[in-house]
Amino acid sequence: MSAIHIENLVKSYEKGKVKALKSISLDIEEGELFGLIGPDGSGKTTLFRILTTLILPDSGNATLMGLDVVEDFWEIRKIVGYMPGRFSLYQDLSIEENLNFFATVFNTTVAENYHLIEDIYVQIEPFKKRRAGKLSGGMKQKLALCCALIHEPKVLLLDEPTTGVDPVSRKEFWDMLGRLKEKGITVVVSTPYMDEASRCDRIALMQDGQIMEMDSLKNILQKHPQHLYAVRSKDMHRLLFDLRNFEGMKSAFAFGDEHHAVLGKGSDDPNQLFDFLQLKGHEQLAIRPISPEIEDVFIQLMQAQES
Amino acid sequence: MKIFFAFVVKEFRHVWRDKRSLMILLGLPIIMMLIFGFAISSEVKDSKILVIDHAKDNQSRMLIDRFNQSEYFTVFAISTDEKIIPDYFEKGSVRLALIIPSGFRTDMEKEGSQLRLIADATDPNSANIATSYASAVIRDFQIQFFENAAAFMNINIETRMLYNPQLKSSFNFVPGVMTLIMMLLGTMMTAVAIVKEKEMGTIEILLVSPMKPILVIISKAVPYLVICFVDVLLILFMAYMVLDMPMRGSLPLLLLESLLFIITTLSFGLLISTLVSSQQMAMFISLVGFLMPALVFSGFMFPIENMPLPLQVISNVVPTKWYFLILKTIMVKGLGFEYIIKPTIILAVMTIIFILLTLRNFKVRLM
Repeated sequence: MSAIHIENLVKSYEKGKVKALKSISLDIEEGELFGLIGPDGSGKTTLFRILTTLILPDSGNATLMGLDVVEDFWEIRKIVGYMPGRFSLYQDLSIEENLNFFATVFNTTVAENYHLIEDIYVQIEPFKKRRAGKLSGGMKQKLALCCALIHEPKVLLLDEPTTGVDPVSRKEFWDMLGRLKEKGITVVVSTPYMDEASRCDRIALMQDGQIMEMDSLKNILQKHPQHLYAVRSKDMHRLLFDLRNFEGMKSAFAFGDEHHAVLGKGSDDPNQLFDFLQLKGHEQLAIRPISPEIEDVFIQLMQAQES
Repeated sequence: MKIFFAFVVKEFRHVWRDKRSLMILLGLPIIMMLIFGFAISSEVKDSKILVIDHAKDNQSRMLIDRFNQSEYFTVFAISTDEKIIPDYFEKGSVRLALIIPSGFRTDMEKEGSQLRLIADATDPNSANIATSYASAVIRDFQIQFFENAAAFMNINIETRMLYNPQLKSSFNFVPGVMTLIMMLLGTMMTAVAIVKEKEMGTIEILLVSPMKPILVIISKAVPYLVICFVDVLLILFMAYMVLDMPMRGSLPLLLLESLLFIITTLSFGLLISTLVSSQQMAMFISLVGFLMPALVFSGFMFPIENMPLPLQVISNVVPTKWYFLILKTIMVKGLGFEYIIKPTIILAVMTIIFILLTLRNFKVRLM
């Protein structure tokens, strides 16, 4: 049995004007660490809110551990751990007070499930008397994770837990999620950061209320081979413009301090591109083949969807 | 039960840590009582009076002395020239003028004399009170005069002001202010408290928990119940110590009725909170949308009997009217429960309706 089963889920807001989810179907296995990856507004939060029984879908159905999100919502609320995208603990209560409160609300105690949160909680324990509103972004998220975990949920739903968190804390956070997965908890994480995809067993790439691709990172990269080159020159701004004018260029976009250029089939000779750009007068020109990353695939899929 | 207790503790922490709200909750009643007690008083005390004495005889002087001796009046000036009256009123140096005709004494002994009172009615309330006090002073003088002269009077009107012979305004405003403060705090504070959970997003986590809505609602209201009750005690203490308010009826009965009214206002606040989504909106509705009718229809400032019939009907659904009535009945008239059964039942029914509506409107989902 899959932990989460979603079938043709549709949700729109403002009387159908804004389509947040356009018929989404997916299955998440028990004990899986699943990533929903997509930019803001792609429908991740809506999907989470339907799964946590906070809003009702327009059509389609979804189950968590075999429980229907519409019919059995009281049952689901007992077994799901949820961390909303916005920090949603009591800012005027201390770390300790927040944790104790949510433990009690879920009919348990901190002592009873301490083993689940221990390795997270020890990191914030020195500050346990501090009010949640005065914590740093990373500590807030660790506390929120503790609160979402305290009742030993079977499914953990985390909506953008690493947004606004520094890189070190982000890495720590993902390490923790890995350990939770080992304890058999099904974890679904959404994130706008493509580089976090490698930490998930499987990912779904979401865009505009649809799932564009869903598989393990490795499989997705294999499924979408690209003739990808990293290009740089002295005048990066004009370079992007010229790249896009090259015949046989599938797409070109800025990527960090380089430009990524995807060449179409049949015109994948980087030498031709080099000559073309030199003719345009680019200095300090460098072109090197690279293997595509998830972000490259995402952009490719997005462009395919748009056209 | 444990969940409930934890929630109440949490709620008390919120209140305790929000010093500004706490100041409002406990400071407002004290400030309101002091303002109403000392600044806004409709009583007439040492009111300045101008006397135009055309008679200038013994009798007129005795009358003027009477006014001077009374604690309500001070004679500001005595003159024989009526032309100066407008000047005094325009400057605002006096509120009342008494005109004694010439031949005051002889007229009085024969067919009766005509005294004239002129009052500044820009404030009709105090003008009314001042003239009636002045009339009382004149009447006393008249009675004394005729007794001395061994004459008789055909009609002797004796007015008795029941329950409040000194016409103390605190008898009216203490119950009035108490009603308003309870209404304001109970409604606004609870409404804001729940809406705050919506605004801060904490409601999202609470909803995704096995906690039942009724438990959330009740535990939200309990701390405010306690605070409002403390406010009642505070107001009563101030009224008794500072403003000489009597407590003629049973104190336990008064406290029980207050508890009922607090629950009414709290449940109304909870109802508001289920209908709005921002703290500003909650504040706006409870202040503008509700405080005004609560004030107007309580009967505290404007007598309900003088309102047009449709407004009188509307006043029946305003809880403040009934609590105000209960307070006056117990505190001023000193009557027992049998006299306030009707308002008590009405408040109880209102409370039940508010709670039922709240439960119906409380969403178990976000939208």
